[in-house]
Amino acid sequence: MERHPLNLTINGTPYAVETEFRKTLADTIREDCGLTGTHVGCEHGVCGACTVIVDGKAVRSCLMFGHQAEGMEIETVEGLEQDGVLHVLQEAFMDHHALQCGYCTPGFLMLAKGVVERGEDLPEEELRHLLSSNLCRCTGYQNIIAAVRAAIVAFREKAAGGVEQTA
Amino acid sequence: MNGEPKIFGRSVRRLEDRALVSGKGRFLDDLQPSGCLSVAFARSPYAHASFTTIDAEAALAMPGVVAVLTHADLSPLMRDDRLVVGLPSKAITLQVDRPVLAIDEVVHVGEPVAMIVAESRAAAEDAADVLDIDYEPLDAVSDCRAALEPGSATVHRGHDHNCLATFDFAFGDVDHAFSQATHRVSRSFEVHRGAAVSMEGRGVLAVPPDLDGVLSVWSSTQTPQALKKQLCQMLGREAGEVKVSMPDLGGGFGPKLVTYPEEIAVAAAALHLGKPLKWVEDRREHFVATTQERDQAWDMEMALDADGAILGLRGTLIHDHGAYTARGLNIPYGSGVTVPLPYDVGAYRLDVTVALTNKVPVAPLRGAGQPQAAFVMERMLDAAADVIGLDRAEIRSRNLVRAEQMPCVKPLKLRGGTNVILDSGDYPATQAVALEKAGWHDFAARQRAALAEGRYLGIGLANYVEGTGRGPYETVAVEVQRTGRILVTTGAAAMGQGTETMLAQIVAEQLGGDMSNIVVRTGDTSGSLGFGGFNSRQTVVAGASAQKAACIVREKLLTVAAEMIEADPRDLEIVDNVVALKGVRDRYVTFSALADAALGLPGFPLPGIERPGLMASEQVLINDMAYSNGTAVAEVEVDARTGQVHLKNFVLAHDCGRMVNPKLVDGQIIGGIAHGIGNALYEQMIFDADGQPLTMTLADYLLVSAAEMPRIDIHHTESPSPLNELGVKGVGESGVIPTVPAIASAVENALAPLGVRIASAPISPQALRNAIREAEART
Repeated sequence: MERHPLNLTINGTPYAVETEFRKTLADTIREDCGLTGTHVGCEHGVCGACTVIVDGKAVRSCLMFGHQAEGMEIETVEGLEQDGVLHVLQEAFMDHHALQCGYCTPGFLMLAKGVVERGEDLPEEELRHLLSSNLCRCTGYQNIIAAVRAAIVAFREKAAGGVEQTA
Repeated sequence: MNGEPKIFGRSVRRLEDRALVSGKGRFLDDLQPSGCLSVAFARSPYAHASFTTIDAEAALAMPGVVAVLTHADLSPLMRDDRLVVGLPSKAITLQVDRPVLAIDEVVHVGEPVAMIVAESRAAAEDAADVLDIDYEPLDAVSDCRAALEPGSATVHRGHDHNCLATFDFAFGDVDHAFSQATHRVSRSFEVHRGAAVSMEGRGVLAVPPDLDGVLSVWSSTQTPQALKKQLCQMLGREAGEVKVSMPDLGGGFGPKLVTYPEEIAVAAAALHLGKPLKWVEDRREHFVATTQERDQAWDMEMALDADGAILGLRGTLIHDHGAYTARGLNIPYGSGVTVPLPYDVGAYRLDVTVALTNKVPVAPLRGAGQPQAAFVMERMLDAAADVIGLDRAEIRSRNLVRAEQMPCVKPLKLRGGTNVILDSGDYPATQAVALEKAGWHDFAARQRAALAEGRYLGIGLANYVEGTGRGPYETVAVEVQRTGRILVTTGAAAMGQGTETMLAQIVAEQLGGDMSNIVVRTGDTSGSLGFGGFNSRQTVVAGASAQKAACIVREKLLTVAAEMIEADPRDLEIVDNVVALKGVRDRYVTFSALADAALGLPGFPLPGIERPGLMASEQVLINDMAYSNGTAVAEVEVDARTGQVHLKNFVLAHDCGRMVNPKLVDGQIIGGIAHGIGNALYEQMIFDADGQPLTMTLADYLLVSAAEMPRIDIHHTESPSPLNELGVKGVGESGVIPTVPAIASAVENALAPLGVRIASAPISPQALRNAIREAEART
């Protein structure tokens, strides 16, 4: 199968690779860009382990071809940590034992990043609905829900603190 | 334990998490050695067929294809064509071991027939599609009751029946018990099979020997030692010529404890081709090639006296074994042992028949036979309560094994021949906690009020006893290294339960309390004899070895330090990473200096120790099992028009002995309950009558999501196990065992006004609507 040049931007870093048109974004990120933090769980768009953020939206990278993402801003779990400081969501997952085997974790982190950074006080039902996009076999979700809720609060507090400092 | 624990028993953060939340986990498919080729397997599309030729000409001509290997190609490379892994049992009368690649017959959909090696997985799969295999379909049987009927199609064409084994459990005079009974209750039950659905499937990477002559294999397995043994055996290599490593595991849940044909095939092919080869199971393969569990059919009868005491229990169990022996009789054996465990049962007789079917082989899945046993016993007790007119909690209270009976010797044997001894716990007290927290006693009023509005509320309960800590041992080595860092090496296998953290807490408790100074290497097969992760065993068996090794290293640290500081060891204490004179902060030696000194100097005697180095490797032998127990209470609302069950509340009171890390215990419990909720309401691996699987995507096979999970309310009691120094018991499977019967009890309670009986699991909306229609037809 013929390979074609592809330019991707992942976590702000450009990647120039050559792939078949049929290759999924998930496989491209993992195999061609070497970012193996994004995991593949079902390859049919149900489990959400491969969730990444493309142009600000959480998407299943197994349901997109790599070539469809050309020119878009892709964020993966590797981009959450900034200058050695973990994202509040990563800290909250560790504090609340929101992961066991950790295979689904990058997908959940990328799924929840948006709601955390919007600082939304989602009602319980809505938060559960949002997190029901992805599957986890280990945790039973209770601690994931608690971690995301804590991260929303922590992000808001951090943002408020940041404003004070600059003022 | 010396004084108040510092780290042991605390909900500290896990050592595992920093890498996993950062995308720096190293799962099997993350390993990408250069020059590695991909493997895809061509799998049987038939539940039963024969074949004579595999024409690979077209496949070999496909772009990127390097090789197509069949049984004929692999056979000369192996010492045996079949993988013999079953636990021994004299009861087994049919030897049905899995061929590494099918020889001339396939007996379930998904059985591997040929392997395609290509430059990419996509290219290998393209080639698998054009492989020409001259299958002749044969009759198949997929139901375990039907498989035992005279004249049934046979699962293997060389056999004239499908009965793999029969055996029984018996104690007391069961006929006498039934002759004396005031009440007799008979029921039949069916429990269906599900898949493990670890989020990461199986996978194996094999790298042929380079300069050192060692074949290196990485596998997403729960039992690296078992895999190493099989690789040595099948490929004729010595232990030193095979290295097996575990990467991070994306979940296990039982099926990864089995050694699989794919693991042997990939290793054999890597040796043959001289190239690194990798195969990663995809989700579809997981549903047809990874072992499954829980298909059982039960016919049971209980005898009770006028007060509801259980005089006797008897019946039959038909267990679906699948098409091959992947593990042995351990699941039906575990089911049979577990049925009467939580209660005083006067007499017991169970006749077990193990039936072959043309389905994916059966091996342990979280719970391993125990969930079915709990379902049967708890359903029988609900039926008995109904017949006698007793409250469902009351009949249990009257029969539960009591605290003063502990340790309670049951007239049953474990599969290895040792006695079943319930070691500790207060089962009635545990049940009382669950009832109180769940609002059991005022539920009837709430239920009546709801019913007046036309809403069907129900509450149900179930007790369980979980056999944990299967012996005989697991190796743990503890070493203070020259850097001062503590290395813990073990054959125990981590698959997400927090094994590293658990061991680090036990070791840190003895060696200064600084978790960050400890590195844990799990799944070691080079120096650690052992068995790996299954049967909720590692905290018990590896924990015991870790405790002993850490205590020995502690003594060595103090001895060497005493020499160096010129003090009495009794005047020393270990604080963080130094040994210091108690109360004198500037008289100390660092771990690093101690490790250095302990290795000795030429011409000088060792500093007070008999062997060089600050290390100990221990294998504490444990034969008896430690029994955890608990009570689940579920509250549901049932929509009688649609058959949908809404889980409103779930309480679990439990006792798993002393807890190393309560937060991790909660995690195991909630995860197990989520799995149980799936088994109760959503998850079913469905096959048609011809053995064709119908649920091969996550859109057909439904896992519980965050939306279906109720809040889980957990209450701990800690009755230390007398069987190990730490007093710990296992907990990994506790959550899953009582969940299905508790929910079944609640659904039946909700629909009592309609006279609905729940006799099978899962309770899908279709199944429940059928039960409602049948009940309506009766009235």
